[in-house]
Amino acid sequence: MLLSACGRADLSPLNPQGSVAKEQLDIMKISISIMMLVVAVVFTIAIIALIRFRRRPGNDGIPVQVEGNHKLEIVWTVIPLILLVILGVPTVQTVFAQAQDHSDDENAVFIKVTAHQYWWEFEYPDEGIVTAQEMVVPKNRRIVIEAKTADVLHSFWVPALAGKIDTNPAGNVNRMYFETPDKTGIFLGKCAELCGPSHALMDFKVKVVDDQSYANWIAAMKAPAVLPEDPAIAEAFQKKCLSCHAVGELGGPVYPNLTGIGDRETVAGILVNTDNPKYKNEGSVYENIYRWLEDPQGIKPGNLMPKVELTQEELEGISRYLADYKLNYESEELRNNDATSDKEER
Amino acid sequence: MAHGSHAVKRYTGIMDWLTTVDHKKIGILYLISGGFFFLIGGLEALLIRIQLWKPLNDAISPDFFNELITMHGTTMIFLGVMPVIFGLMNAVVPLQIGARDVAFPFLNALGFWTFFFGGVLLNVSWITGHVPDAGWTSYVPLASTTFSDGPGVDYYVLGLQISGIGSLLGGINFLVTIINMRAPGMSFMRMPMFTWASFVTSMLILLAFPALTVGLVALMFDRLFEGNFFDPSAGGNIMLWEHIFWIFGHPEVYILILPAFGIISEVVSTFSRKRLFGYSSMVFATVLIGFLGFMVWAHHMFTSGLGPVANALFSIATMLIAVPTGIKVFNWLFTMWGGSIKFTSPMLFAVGFIPTFVMGGVTGVMLAAAPADYQYHDSYFVVGHFHYTIVGGLVSGLFAGVHYWWPKIFGRQLNETLGKLTFWFFIIGFHMTFFVHHFLGLMGMQRRIFTYLDGMGFNEMNLISTIGAMLMGVGVICFLINVIVTTAKPATAANDPWEDGRTLEWAISSPAPEYNFAQLPLIRGYDCYWKEKMEGNKTLQPAEPLGPIHMPSPSILPFIMSVGLFIAGFGFIYHQHIVAAIGLAITLICMFLRSVIEDHGFHIEPDEMKANAKEVKAS
Repeated sequence: MLLSACGRADLSPLNPQGSVAKEQLDIMKISISIMMLVVAVVFTIAIIALIRFRRRPGNDGIPVQVEGNHKLEIVWTVIPLILLVILGVPTVQTVFAQAQDHSDDENAVFIKVTAHQYWWEFEYPDEGIVTAQEMVVPKNRRIVIEAKTADVLHSFWVPALAGKIDTNPAGNVNRMYFETPDKTGIFLGKCAELCGPSHALMDFKVKVVDDQSYANWIAAMKAPAVLPEDPAIAEAFQKKCLSCHAVGELGGPVYPNLTGIGDRETVAGILVNTDNPKYKNEGSVYENIYRWLEDPQGIKPGNLMPKVELTQEELEGISRYLADYKLNYESEELRNNDATSDKEER
Repeated sequence: MAHGSHAVKRYTGIMDWLTTVDHKKIGILYLISGGFFFLIGGLEALLIRIQLWKPLNDAISPDFFNELITMHGTTMIFLGVMPVIFGLMNAVVPLQIGARDVAFPFLNALGFWTFFFGGVLLNVSWITGHVPDAGWTSYVPLASTTFSDGPGVDYYVLGLQISGIGSLLGGINFLVTIINMRAPGMSFMRMPMFTWASFVTSMLILLAFPALTVGLVALMFDRLFEGNFFDPSAGGNIMLWEHIFWIFGHPEVYILILPAFGIISEVVSTFSRKRLFGYSSMVFATVLIGFLGFMVWAHHMFTSGLGPVANALFSIATMLIAVPTGIKVFNWLFTMWGGSIKFTSPMLFAVGFIPTFVMGGVTGVMLAAAPADYQYHDSYFVVGHFHYTIVGGLVSGLFAGVHYWWPKIFGRQLNETLGKLTFWFFIIGFHMTFFVHHFLGLMGMQRRIFTYLDGMGFNEMNLISTIGAMLMGVGVICFLINVIVTTAKPATAANDPWEDGRTLEWAISSPAPEYNFAQLPLIRGYDCYWKEKMEGNKTLQPAEPLGPIHMPSPSILPFIMSVGLFIAGFGFIYHQHIVAAIGLAITLICMFLRSVIEDHGFHIEPDEMKANAKEVKAS
C-alpha cells in the first residue's frame, strides 16, 4: 500500500513494529479500503453529473421533476450497511482482543507509567527500579502497562508500537499492553493529551534491547550510586540536585530519576544526544545537560525545575558527571544506535 | 379596531437595531456579529499556522499558542458558525413556512443579545490578558484552579454559559415557531429541507445545551466556590467532565452540520432546477442523524479507558451514522442527475461541499473503529477530519447559504465574479491546509503542539498547510470585498433573483417587508412557489383577507438584560460578588419589568402596507 511508504519507522503508526500496532494498522487498512471505494463512487457520480447535466447556453428547459426512486434508495441504504458489517466485525474483535488483561502473564514485563508535567516516570515493580524518560524493554516480549498521572491528563503514545492510553488521576488506572518486535531499536513516544505549555515537548523513548542488555540494565540500575569524584562537585550535586532527584539509592523520588542519564537518548525528552548535531535541539550529552541546567524554563516552559543557582565550576562539573553517568549495559549491536535525525526516516 | 390606543414608539438608527424584535433584523445582527467572531477565529487560526510553518519556530510562545488554540476552537464553534446558522435560520425559516415572525420575538432578541455579550465577555479576555488556555474541551484537571489559576478559564466558563443561554432560547423559539406558525397547507412533509434541518437542529439544541450548562455550572462551582465536582482528591471525578462535555459536544457537531445539509439541499435543488431527490428519505435521514447523534458521544473518549464493551458499542453506533449521511449524499447527487445545473456561486460552494464533506465523513467512519482510533486519537488525523466536516463541510455550506439568501436578506445580490473567486481561493486553500493533516497524524504528529522537532518528516506538509491557510484567508478577504462592494450598490434585487427559486421565501419581495406576508399564503404542495410558477401563477393564493397585522413592540429590555449578565459574569470572574449581584439585579429587574408592563404590540393597517409597497418600488 501507498501509505506504508510514509513516516519514520520509529514514529509512524503506518510502520508498525509490534503485533498490537500491526492489528491496529490492519483495521486502518480495512477501513481505508472501504472508504476509498465510497469516495471513488461518490466522486465518479458527482463528476459525471456535473459534466453531463450542466446547463448549456440556450437550453432553458425544465428537467423532469423526479420525486425519488425506491430501488436506488434501498441500494444506497443496504450497501453501506453491508460495508459497515465488514468493518464492524473485525473492529469489535480487535477491541476485545486488545482489552485483554495480561497483568498475570509471568513472561511479560510489567511497568507502571506515571505521567507528570512534562516528563514520564517508569516503575518496574518486579525489579524495584524507577527510571524516567526512557523505557528500557527486552525485545520480543509483551509489555504490560499500568498508566496514571500525577497531575493533569496526559496520554501515553508510542505510535510505532501501539495506540495511546490516557493517564487519569487518582486511582483511575488504565491498563494496556503492547508487544515489542523481534529486533532492537528506539521508538519515539509522545504525550497526546493537551497538558500545558510544554505539551509539545513531553517526548520519551522506548528502547527495545536484547535480553542480555536488559538483564545488564536491571543489574546496573540496582547498583549503588556513584557520586562525582571531585568532593566539591559531589557536595553541590547532593545539596542542589538530590533534594529532588535520585541517583541509585540516593536522593528523592518525586522528580525524574537520573540514574544512568548519560546513557539516554535525550535530555529532558527533547534535547537529542548525538555527536553529529544537525538541528537546534541536538548536541552531545554534555552540551545538552549543560543547556538544560542553564535554562530549564527556556527549554521546557512551565516545567517544575527552577534554574538552580550553580557556580560555573559546579555547572560544568555536574554536567560532566551526569554526561559520564553511564550504565554501559548495551551489548555490541546496540552501542551505535542513537535516536537522531533522519537515519531511520522513510 | 383599537389599534391607535397603544401607539408604540418606533425607533430609528442605532436604537432600531438595539430594540428590534424583528426576526429579519435579528438575523442580520447574528450574521454580522457571527461574521465578526469568525474573522477573529480566523486570525487566531492564521497565527497558529504561522507558528507551525517550520520546526522549532519561536514566533509564538507556548502559553500564547495554547490560548490561541483554545480561543480558536471556542470562538469558531460557539461564536462564529453557530450565530451564522442562527442568522440564516432567523432570516429564512419564518419566510419558508409562511410566518410573520418567530413565535417569541422578544425571546429571539434576548437570545441574540445574550449570545453577543457572552461572546464579547469571552473575547474581552484578550484585553485583560487572562485568556482561557485549556483547550476548547477544557478537560479537568488542566482547567481546574490547581493547574490553571487566574481568571483565564473563568472567561471560558462564564462566556459560554451566557452565550449558551442564547442558543437554548433560539432553539426553543424555532421549535415552537416551526410547530405552530406554519401557513395554511404547510404540512410537515411539505416543509423545505432547510426548515426541517432547522427543526431537528433546534431539537438537538434543546436536548444537548442543558448538558453543557450543567457541566459549566459544575466547573464554575469548582473554580469560583471551591466545589469538588471534578477534584479527584476530594472524591470528584474528572471522567464526569469528559462525559458531560461530549454528551453536549457530539450532538453539537450535528447541531452545526444539519443546517448545512439543509442549505445544500435547497441550493442543489434550486440550481439543478429539479425537485429534491427522495425528499421523504431526506427528512427521515435528518431525523435519524439527530437521534443517533446522541448515542455516540463516547467515541471521543476511546482512549480514556472505558473498557471494551463501551468501546465496541460506541464504535458500532458511530459507524451507523454513516448510513443516513450516505442517503443524503446520494440524494444530492441524484438531485443533480438529470437536472439542469447552473454554476452560480452558491452552487459552487454546494458542489464543493459534497465531495469535501464525504471525505470528512469517511475519515469519521475510520475514526469510529476504536482500535484504529487508539492511533488516530488526538493526532493531526483528527484535526484533519473535523476540519473537513466543519470547515470544508459546514463553512462551505454556510457560504453557499449566505450567497444564496443574501438578496433575500439585504435586497442586493452579491457579485458573482467575486463570489466565485471566494470559492476557488477558499476550497483550494482548504484542501491544501487540511488534506496533509491526515498524513501528519499518521506519521505521528500529535495535535495541540506549539512546535515540533526537526527531522521528523513533518516539515514540508506543515509548510503546505500554512500556505493553504493563507489562501483561505485570501478567499475570506474576497468575500469581505464582495460584501462592501455589494452594500454600496442600490437594493434592487428581484423577488426571485436566482429565477429558479422553489420555496416560499422567493415569492415575496427582497428584502421581505416588516410583516413578511400581507396575506398569509395558501400552500398547495412541496416546493410551493415552484408549483405555482409551473402552473403559470405569479404568486401564491392568499389564505386570508387583507387586514391589519398585529406586530410585537420593539424593546430595549433584551439588550439591558444581557448587559446585566455581562456585568455579572465579570463580577464572578474577578470574585467581586457585589458587582455580580448588581449585574444579576439588572437582569432580574428587567425580567420583572417585562412581566408587569402590559404591551399589546401594534397594528399595521392595509393602507400602510400599500404605501410601503409603493415606497419599496419607488426606491
